[in-house]
This record gives sequence, structure tokens and C-alpha cells, in this order.
Amino acid sequence: MIPADYADLAAKFADETVTHAYVRDVELPGAGTLALVTLDNDLDHRRPTTLGPNSLVELGAVFEQLKTRAEAGVLAAVAVTGKPYYLAAGADLSAVGRLATEEDGRQMARLGHDVYGTLSGLGVPTFAFINGAAMGGGLEIALAAGYRTVSAAANGISLPEAFLGLIPGWGGVYRLPRLIGPRNALKVMIENALGNNRAVKGPEAYELGIADACFGQADFLEQSLAWAGRILAEDAERAEVAERRSQKAAATEDDWEKAISAARSFVAARTGGAAPAPTKLLEVLAAGRGKTQQESAELEIDALAELMQTPQFRDTVHAFLELVQKRAKRPAGAPDKALARPVAKVGIVGAGLMASQLALLFARRLKVPVVMTDVDQARVDKGVAYVGAEVDKLLAKDRLAPDAANRIKALVTGAVSKEAFADADFVIEAVFEDLAVKKQVFAEVEAVVSDECVLATNTSSLSVGAMAADLLHPERVVGFHFFNPVAAMPLLEIVRAPKTSDEVLATAFSVGQALKKTTVLVQDSAAFVVNRILLRLLGEITAAFDAGTPAEVADNALQPMGLPMTPFNLLAMVGMPVAQHVTESLHAAFGDRFRVSANLQRLIDAGVTSLWSTDDDGRHVVPASTLSLLEFGGSPSTADELLRRTQDALAEEVGLMLEEGVVQAPEDIDLCMIMGAGWPLHLGGITPYLDRVGASERITGGKFNQHR
Amino acid sequence: MLPMGNMRGVTLPSRGAPVSPVLPARALRDVVFVDGVRTPFGKAGGKGIHAGTRADDLVVKCIRELLRRNPSLPPERIDEVAVAATTQTGDQGLTIGRSAALLAGLPRSVPGFAIDRMCAGAMTAVTTTAGGIAFGAYDVVIAGGVEHMGSHPMGQGAEPNPRFAAEKLVDPDALNMGSTAETLHDRWPGMTKERADAYAAASQAKLAAAYEAGSIQQDLVPVAGRKPGEGWALHRADEPPRPGTTVADLDGLRTPFRPHGRVTAGNAAGLTDGATAAVLASAGTAAELGLPARMRLVSYAFAGVDPEVMGIGPIPATAKALKLAGLDIADIGLFEINEAFAVQVLSFLDHFGLADDDPRVNRYGGAIAVGHPLAASGVRLMTQLARQFEEDPSVRYGLTTMCVGLGMGGTVVWENPHHPEYPRPTPSATEKEQA
Repeated sequence: MIPADYADLAAKFADETVTHAYVRDVELPGAGTLALVTLDNDLDHRRPTTLGPNSLVELGAVFEQLKTRAEAGVLAAVAVTGKPYYLAAGADLSAVGRLATEEDGRQMARLGHDVYGTLSGLGVPTFAFINGAAMGGGLEIALAAGYRTVSAAANGISLPEAFLGLIPGWGGVYRLPRLIGPRNALKVMIENALGNNRAVKGPEAYELGIADACFGQADFLEQSLAWAGRILAEDAERAEVAERRSQKAAATEDDWEKAISAARSFVAARTGGAAPAPTKLLEVLAAGRGKTQQESAELEIDALAELMQTPQFRDTVHAFLELVQKRAKRPAGAPDKALARPVAKVGIVGAGLMASQLALLFARRLKVPVVMTDVDQARVDKGVAYVGAEVDKLLAKDRLAPDAANRIKALVTGAVSKEAFADADFVIEAVFEDLAVKKQVFAEVEAVVSDECVLATNTSSLSVGAMAADLLHPERVVGFHFFNPVAAMPLLEIVRAPKTSDEVLATAFSVGQALKKTTVLVQDSAAFVVNRILLRLLGEITAAFDAGTPAEVADNALQPMGLPMTPFNLLAMVGMPVAQHVTESLHAAFGDRFRVSANLQRLIDAGVTSLWSTDDDGRHVVPASTLSLLEFGGSPSTADELLRRTQDALAEEVGLMLEEGVVQAPEDIDLCMIMGAGWPLHLGGITPYLDRVGASERITGGKFNQHR
Repeated sequence: MLPMGNMRGVTLPSRGAPVSPVLPARALRDVVFVDGVRTPFGKAGGKGIHAGTRADDLVVKCIRELLRRNPSLPPERIDEVAVAATTQTGDQGLTIGRSAALLAGLPRSVPGFAIDRMCAGAMTAVTTTAGGIAFGAYDVVIAGGVEHMGSHPMGQGAEPNPRFAAEKLVDPDALNMGSTAETLHDRWPGMTKERADAYAAASQAKLAAAYEAGSIQQDLVPVAGRKPGEGWALHRADEPPRPGTTVADLDGLRTPFRPHGRVTAGNAAGLTDGATAAVLASAGTAAELGLPARMRLVSYAFAGVDPEVMGIGPIPATAKALKLAGLDIADIGLFEINEAFAVQVLSFLDHFGLADDDPRVNRYGGAIAVGHPLAASGVRLMTQLARQFEEDPSVRYGLTTMCVGLGMGGTVVWENPHHPEYPRPTPSATEKEQA
């Protein structure tokens, strides 16, 4: 590794937060001198150590110096560890995301290999002491070392590259399967990465074979060094590690084939081929089978250089850093937190399924009394019983301790009279979607509660302002739109009605954050953000279907977007009557852009819940009985036409939403689609995708994201 | 062996059963020192080896090392964790015995407490829990101490009662340990600065020799420390020692406590960071669990003296402990006396008629060389005495003693199980005790 080779690259990142490589010598009794390298950016635990070009050049130069010392015979071993809580959090994404040319990307990829290769070729035994999070390039440093220990308290051990639009191309894709077997390696690199970016903890990393030894955090480094001393000095210790390694790595040709083929199926199901990275990872892994590590490195460098230039990668990095990590934590347009009022008791109007889910969520997260009301005792009892049963399930799964379970159960009560809300600070309604019903409910609640009590509505399509209009205190009403299932979906759209006060809005944000939801401020406009976008999309697909496009063409036309489910499956999951109801509201508000499908109504009337069904041969079909209910036009579309038409429709809708001021910025729409609909990061949410495919230009004459 | 022994087995008489108003007499149990370890001592202050390490973490590393060194001790058998600290705030606060037990990963069923007798903190942790063992309340305990004087300068946060000054209860100098040492020089003009310096240089030399022989290192727990801009290092040796120090080197040092005084940084213990911990057990439990009995506790005593001359505290404490043991000073073959100040050791030696270079005294050197992390030092003395007992089975009895701020001294007399005349417990006697 010659640092000068990378001087130009490093110079392009003058503002990098450099992770330094500090070296201290440690004498291991009976084993000689170990040079201990600490990766440290000199900042506290809130600023993880990351590896940009300057950091890697410094690390490489340090390894070169150690190599010289090793060659001179003064070093017995080299070890790498990190500052508290981190070995290293991987490549500096903000830097990698800014590599302007393919050549820069190639240099960056080569730099990692050059540095890690220097470590693995030091000529003396090398160790990595994984003291904390080791992600991506951070874990790949450890994989390049000869031996690894891991702290039992380490969190965040992962190779998330496939999730981010890259491959673990600093040797990870080659080394991990040879260390822990192809099946487990692909679990880490593909299933965990694409499964919501899951990471493993220290003990699991040890079990998998990523580490050779696991020590408690209290004296992790001391014990790791003592272990290194034994490895250096004792043949038996080395033999034991070798024996364990061979067990963990054991894999037949057949195991490799099966693991790769299973991963391909997993990737196809997850991404529909819309994200290039996971497929590329499997390609490189398969191509590297008969190759040496150095030969594989060239494949990895090519793959990284290529992927870094893809728009999917750039949009992913943008969505991950700017939306998921930043904007999700600091909602745009939220009022000063200091205005928020304390919430010491919550009321829920209704005791049905949605209301009961809300009761569980509020009690579990806010840990304050929650009272549900409904029209009769039987419904109330059913709601309270639902919460109790859900708590028992969490208890059985060890997600709650017995005392905590008792606490939550005791917090949730029911009543048939709204008098029970008298001392509540926050009352949310989850009753039937009918404006008159909701207005009456709010009037009854207002008669009981204090003047400061916040009234929230979980409506998905009605006007929050209209709901508040006849109240004594309309400023207390705010929209609080959850997504189903409430416990799992991270988004909460917080709706500001025309008269909503800052105090009430601040309280809503504070409650939303206490519920651990990603909160986005939206204006009081029909169906807010996620449902408006989804129904516009569904409307285009249904219209094409109604016009005579075959079901499989219509339902697969959007495959290049890599959405988490096809439109017809989404329709079945949301429920056709609900979708129809919201569409009617949108049609009332916005006219023919939202078309109410007569065919859909026919299905609803006939009690059909899903267009698709599985026939006796296991094929995915629309049953003849369903088709016989429907009427079709004579102007079918091709998949390409439909994709383009949907892109244009989405661009039109997004453009209008921004014009109407439904949200502060396109980023809010993107964040909503990622968190509320599970849309993939490689679309950047949605607006970067619409910019990229030209839809914004075609419809609005410009891009939504001018600066990018 | 005892009624109390039966009570310890949790098999209490059924509720409501009549209890005899006449309690049977109880016998005491022998207490043994099983093992002791300590962190390397570091210089207090930002440049010291432990500057970036928390005090509680230092204790935790000692506790975990004791468990590793004594694998036959089931952690759940530990009945108490007593940890001393003079300043019990910050990382030395939160009932450090209990918090260190939790941080060390001991079972939650193991209790712990914090203890303070200034410099004799760890010594008091040992004697207090030893009393509990003898009484039958505990089978096995961990006792130790810590002082991170870099984070907790002496007297930090203390608010002496104004009556001390207003009513002249003690001389203001009594609250400054260096000044009390100067007062000892005043009281006995024969204890000159030259004698103090010679004693101090010898302490450095003895410690260096002990390191050379490997006597010190075997009871040190390596501690990793991280410094800004330097990364992690591993500390496996004491930082304060200055091997090779000569009397001439000490001659010109400043006398910080009074102009033209006699007490210098060279003939006193420096400000130090460090922690110690030991395992103690009843003799029967040690035998049951296969734990070594490396010293048997014979007697202990604490005594008060004028706070203005706190350094002479070991004299009455030792007299009292010897009396309790039925021993004479001549019966003591090894002394581990804490060297807060050379002059204070000299006062002890003079009182008992021992030479300044008596080979029975501080064979491994003392705090002048190695440092004195206040509440931690007591267990260092014991750990070293245990090693010396092993090395020298000809010695039957030894003692550990130290002076304590506000005018106290503490002494513990120990018996060497390696001595040929040490009564070996017969298997039947052991069984009897467990019954």
C-alpha cells in the first residue's frame, strides 16, 4: 500500500472526519510485543468512527510501518480495536456517496483492498478485537485479520452493503463465506441486510464463527490481549481455534449451490430485481468460487465502481443519511418542543380493533393510564381483553418482563361513559369514518374534558378542520394518522388543521415521538400523503385493468420500481372497501384524477377480497368466477405504457401536493413513502426516482430535487 | 459445628414454633485470606495511566480477576462485597460495593456496600467482613478498596464542621496530612530528614528488587486505558516507582508543607489511582470449596490518637492487636506497614525498637515507592504479606498496619499457614464445621 497513490482521492475529501489509527505497543508475557492499533476519531460515542479516503490512507500508512517493524523482527503480532462502542461503523457514506466519477469509485474500492490486504499480509499474526459496532468496512477489517475476538456487549455487527446499494467488496464477500460457511454468510450479507438492515450482537457473531472468542465487556480488551498471548504462545490454543473454524466453515459444493440459489430467490422476492446490488453481490460471490482472494478483489473492485455510479446507490445513500437518519428525527415544521403539554392520561373513543391497538401502543410507550370507551360494556370488555391478550403474547415472547406486563394491563381500562375522560390530557377517536359521527363524538368529549385536553383524530380521509369546526375550542384538534398494523408501521402523519394551535401541535409531536413513531407534519388535505400517493397509483393500475389490460400485465407493470408488493396485493391487504372509501373522498376533493372503479365496487359487492387466487396447480390466477363479475374496455396497455403513465400520475400528484403545501418539501413525501408504505430506499422515497426517470420533467417541467 | 451454622442454611424453624428464650453459646469461626489482587497503581492526574479510567471499573477488574483466579469459587456463594472509598461521590459513589458487584457480573443475589475509614478503608472492609465471617453471617466475601485521586483529590467536597476551628477541637494542621508528618519530626527531633530520605530510598530499592524477583507482578490485574490522541494501552506495572533513587536524589526536593521542612514528595507516598480486592472465607468454607488459605486472621484492632499526629496511629493499634492475639512484638516475623510518610514509619520502628532497615519490615518496599491510593492500600499490604508468607514459611506471624487521617491507626495480625507449626485442620474438624 503506497499512500501517495491515493493522495488525489484523499485531497477531494478535505472535510472528512478522519478516523485515526493510533498505535501502542503491548508486551505479552512469553509472546513478545503486540502493536495495538486503535481506530479513533477523537469524538464521543455519538459520532461513530467511519472510514473515508483520508482515514484509510492513514490506516494503510500505519499498517505499512508495522509491516516494516514486523519484518525487522521486533513485532510478534498486530491487533486492531476501536474507541468505545465501535470497532468502526464502515465506509464514510457521505464521502462514498460523493465520488463523482467511476474512476474515483474504483480508487476508493481499491484503497480499501490495499489497506486491508496490508493487514492480512503483515507477516506476523494479526488480530481484531471487535469491541462494539462493526459494520460494513468496519467488519471487513476484522475479517482481514487472522484472529478475532468479540465483546459480549457488542451491538451492530453487520455487512449492510446490499441494503445500501453496494456489496461487501472490501473482501467481505470473499472472506465471510469461507469463514462461516455460505449459508450463514448469505444470511448476514443478504437476509439481514435486506431484512430491515438487521445486525447481529457479539454472542451471535461468536456462535456464527465470525469471532473465535467472546469476552465480557468489563475487561474485554484485557482478556482479548491475554487470549492473543495464548494464541501466539500455545500450539494447543491455535489447534482449538483451527478445529472450531473448520466446523463453522464446513460446506460442500452442494451447500454452496443451495445457499446461492436460496439467496437468489430471496432477493427476487424482496426487490423484484429493481435494486442491482444484491444480485451483483451474488454474482461476485459465485464468480469468486474458484478464485484466490486477490482475484476476487478485482471482481469486487469492478462491482463497487459500477454500483457507486448507479442512481439507485446515490438515492439510497441520500434517503438513508438525509431522510431516515436526519429528517425522521427532526420533523420539518414542528413547533418548539417547549410548547408541548404533559400527557398523563390518554382517552380513546372506541374499543374496536384499531382503538385497541392504539390503547396497547399508548400504554406501552407512554406508560400512563389509557381508558377506552364504547357504546356498551361488551365492546369495552372485548377491547380491554384484546390488550390483555396482546400483552400476554409479548410476555410469552420475552419482549416484556412480568412486572412490565402487569403494569401495562393495569394501565388500560374501559368505560361506557365518556365521563372517564374527565382528567385525560389527550383523547384520540377511532370511530367509524363518518364526519357527522366524529363531530358528535368530539362534542361529547369536549363537554367532559378540560379546556387544555388535546383531541386527536385517526381519520384517514376526512377533513380535520371540519371535524373541529363546531367545537368550543377548535384549536385543540389535531390529526394523528397511524398506519396499519399500528405497532409495526413506523409512520405517523400529524395533521395541522387551520385552527390547530402550536401548543396542541407540539404536544402531538411530543406524543408521537414518545410512541417511537417517525412523525411528519402534513396539512389538512384529503388523505394526507401516503394514502393519496398510493391511491393515485392504484387508480392508474385499476383503470388500465378496467380498460382491458390483462391482470398480470397491470399488476406487474411497476416491477421496475421494486415496491414491497404489487398493486393488487396492496389492494387486498388494505381491504377493497377501505380503498374504495378513501378513493371516493379523494374523488370528492380532487375530481377525476381519482377514479372510482365500478369493477372494484362489483368485487366489493360480491364479497371478493382479493383479485388473485391460487388454483389447484398452485398458479397465481384471477378465478373465472371473479372475472365473470367484471366488465372490461377494449383499450389494453402494455406494461411499459402503464409504468410510464403511473410515473407521470405520481409526478402530477406530487407536484400538486407541493403546490398545495400539503408538506414542507419533497423530502417529506419521500420520508412518508419510506416509513408509511415501505417503499425502497433505492427510489429515494419517490421524488428522486420521478426525477431520474424524467416524469417530473415531463409533467412539471422541472425536477423536484433541483439541488441533486 | 454451631447453632449459627444451622441457621445459615435457610432452614429456619417453622413459623410460630416456640423459640427457646435461652440461646445456646456460639463459637467463632476462623477467617482466612484466600487471595488478593490489585490494579497497577497509577499517578494521579491527567497524565497518569488511569486518567481516562473510572474508579468503579478499576474495582470491577479486580473482582473479575479474583473469580478467574479462583474458579472453584461459585460466584453465588459470595455473601458480601465490601468496597472502600474515601470520597464516595461520582464514579466512587452509588454504594460502590453493590454497583461494582453488578458491573462485575456477579449474580444479583450477591449484596454489597460501601465503606470508609480514609486510608484504612480496604483494611476496614476486610476486618468488618471478617467479623461477619467469624460470627457466621458470611461464608465468603470480597473486600477491597479504590481511590482515584486524580478524579477525587483528598478532601474533595468535604465540609469540616466549623466547631473544629471555633472550639479548637483539633489544630487546623491536623486536616493536612503532610503537616501532621512535619509535626512528627517536631515531636521527635531524632527522626531527621536524613533518616526519612534514607528510609525512602530503601523503599524504592526494595520495590525494584521485588519487581526483579517477580513478586509484585503476579498479583496485578492488567488494566487497559485509553487516552485522547493515543488509543488504548495495556498497563501491567505500577507507574509511581522511581527505581534507582538515591538519598542524594532526594536531598534537594521541595518541602511543600512548610518552608525548610522535612517532608518531601520523595519521602512520602504520592497521590495515586488504584484499586484492590481480596477474597476472605471461613476456614471451613475455604476447605469445602478447595480455596487456598493463604493467611489466617489472628486479631485486629483500631485505635485513636491525636489527629495532629495521626502518623503514630499504628503504634497503639498494634499494641492492642498484639494484646488481643496474646502475642508480643517479638513474635512478629513480617511487617507490612503503609508508608504514608517515611517519618511515620520511623516513629513506629523507634517505638517498637526496630532498626530502620530491619529486614522484617516492608520486604517489597512500600507506598513511598508504589503509591498510596488511600482506601485501596490496606488490601495491598495483605496481598503482599500473603506472598511473603509463601516465600518464607519460617515466619509464623505477620502484621499489616497503617495510619489513618483524623488520628487513627489500624493493625491486623495474621498467621502463616505455611509455617510448620501451623495447626492443620483435620478432615473431621472441617466436616464438623460444615455440619
